[in-house]
Amino acid sequence: MYRYDSIDQRLVEQRVAQFRDQTQRFLAGQLSDDDFKSLRLRNGLYIQKHAPMLRVSIPYGLLSTAQVRVLARIAREYDRDFGHFTTRQNIQYNWPKLEQVPDILALLATVEMHAIQTSGNCIRNVTADHLAGVAPDELEDPRPWCEYIRQWATLHPEFSYLPRKFKIAVTGSPQDRAASRVHDIGLHLVRNAAGEVGFEVLVGGGLGRAPMIGHVIREFLPKQELLAYLEAILRVYNLEGRRDNIHKARIKILVKALGPQKFRELVEAEFAAARDIAPRYDAAEFERIRSFFASPHYESLLDENVEAGKSREFRNWYRQNTRKHKVTGYRAVFVSLKPPNSPPGDITAKQLDRVADLADRYSLGLVRATHDQNLLFADVRQSDLYALWQALLELDLATANIGTLTDMICCPGLDFCSLANARSIPIAAQLNERFDDLDHLYDLGEIQLKMSGCMNGCGHHSVGHIGILGVDKSGEEWYQITLGGSTGGADASLGEVIGPSVAYDEVVDTIERIINVYVAERHEEERFLDTFRRIGVAPFKARVYAPAHQAA
Amino acid sequence: MRQLIRRREIVNDDWRYADEDPHGRDRALILPFARWQQERNRWWLWDGRLGVRLGPADPVAALAQDFLRVGLVAIEFGGIAEGRGYSQAQLLRKRYKFGGELRAVGKIQRDQLFYLARCGFDSFELPQGADLQVALTAFDDFSVAYQGAADIGLDLERRAS
Repeated sequence: MYRYDSIDQRLVEQRVAQFRDQTQRFLAGQLSDDDFKSLRLRNGLYIQKHAPMLRVSIPYGLLSTAQVRVLARIAREYDRDFGHFTTRQNIQYNWPKLEQVPDILALLATVEMHAIQTSGNCIRNVTADHLAGVAPDELEDPRPWCEYIRQWATLHPEFSYLPRKFKIAVTGSPQDRAASRVHDIGLHLVRNAAGEVGFEVLVGGGLGRAPMIGHVIREFLPKQELLAYLEAILRVYNLEGRRDNIHKARIKILVKALGPQKFRELVEAEFAAARDIAPRYDAAEFERIRSFFASPHYESLLDENVEAGKSREFRNWYRQNTRKHKVTGYRAVFVSLKPPNSPPGDITAKQLDRVADLADRYSLGLVRATHDQNLLFADVRQSDLYALWQALLELDLATANIGTLTDMICCPGLDFCSLANARSIPIAAQLNERFDDLDHLYDLGEIQLKMSGCMNGCGHHSVGHIGILGVDKSGEEWYQITLGGSTGGADASLGEVIGPSVAYDEVVDTIERIINVYVAERHEEERFLDTFRRIGVAPFKARVYAPAHQAA
Repeated sequence: MRQLIRRREIVNDDWRYADEDPHGRDRALILPFARWQQERNRWWLWDGRLGVRLGPADPVAALAQDFLRVGLVAIEFGGIAEGRGYSQAQLLRKRYKFGGELRAVGKIQRDQLFYLARCGFDSFELPQGADLQVALTAFDDFSVAYQGAADIGLDLERRAS
């Protein structure tokens, strides 16, 4: 993984000093609440329902075990013993004390980490495919480009006060595992007819209040032009994006208002005009970055019959929670943060410490956070899988449910978040109770359930095969259900609202009825999403809202 | 007399806005962009120094031919969420090669100065009552940067070009 040099290190240390000074000025009454808000929000610090919430950046989800141990220490010493992984591959802490945040940042800086730009109207953490570098279908590893973008975006003088937040995702595989089509910018490494590798550039995707799928504005961008092209997009957005209404300020609204074609013309014109002032591609610098992501030294191994003679539990876990690796004899292993008895994405300090130990022992000392709120060991020898499974089982990190209904994305909701309309964590718990039979889940196959406690859509509900959105109706918690969303790839889609929203205690029954319609209608082995696409929303609507269950 | 930060020093402002000095007695006037557009020919021949004040939506390209005459451009910030001025400054400095005084004016606060300076602003008119001594320290928040930029007076260590 990328390691800091003296410039990177000095920058994060100076950021800590700057934030310490800002915090002291605030506590001394020299900064108003509003002035401090705009500063702390550039550093991942929100004031939530119960306490501040600190979001720590994990660039493209990649962590060393030394970093994981520091995350554990922060959970233990500054929080209530746990942290929560997010859909931007970051981690957030729900109980830090405001005056201690500078100390937390100082601790993070000792392991090359920070909270820069994890909130605020700036370029956020750049995310990537969690299987980057090990996926068999990958054209090229996106992570060196993510790091290249990360450095360019960090404290960018021109683009730190944008109309609204700005999210970039990069993938290098035809299968989109980074939800790149619902990002402000999605970058896909692709090969053109001449055999060169460059970027397909999508702009204007996004979730939240007005979910949209991004538009391709450049079919092929030579790699060397990446930063210059990003600057052109950002400059057009910074100058033309709306600032009068927070709900219309994302770039997707600008792209929609102008039309993708007109937006593309503006970007291309700016790109051409800025040619001599844009950041130049520095091949030596890029190679320096890329060298940190060189393929590790893999042993020459043979594929094993991993399942032979093993228990059913292990075989379930192996099939469900591990993935094919590009190197023979290895597997990528999900560490499920979706056990039935704890909120999706949560992890305790003890689990973090043990995850670090296990990654040192079994996965080359690296851990990845995935955008669907699990962890991943990317490089596990097949011969170690059984021992790793046993260790994970002891830690309650081996729930064999990856890709199933209970591997849901879920925001913190009304239990923690001051933006939320409705709780999401207790709904997740109820779903886990209702769908507690793994065999049943396996029969149902791949279902992505995504849940947000409000329109902001941190839980990606708009692109869930099943989406659940918390809404406020006269002070009560209600839930709108959508079906058929997907981040899958070229066929990414937004979910369709199935009908009137349902009350808090009706949600799980409603989901079960939806599942029953699917089971009745599905062709053999057909995925939920494919059944939905084949039969449409009507049969679901008709049978979910049977008269006895008519909702308000 | 109004004080501001210019090239990292606290100085008295030797410019007046048009509404502060209607007759231009001080021979250094800053005109609103619209007025400059309308009365350009007349002011061109005036014997004082001229500046132009841009609002966030004013197009900087319209000034590109005026730099022989216009020695100061003031860019307005209506609040911390107003970020167009950063791009306006970059364009003025880098694309249109404006070499005169580039002033940030309005609701700017200490912690923006580092970014503003990197975009090419070299003078800063903070709201009345702001502690300029404290604001001066903002330029030293960072000694390193990842991007090349149009900054004046900040000598930052960079890796890439």
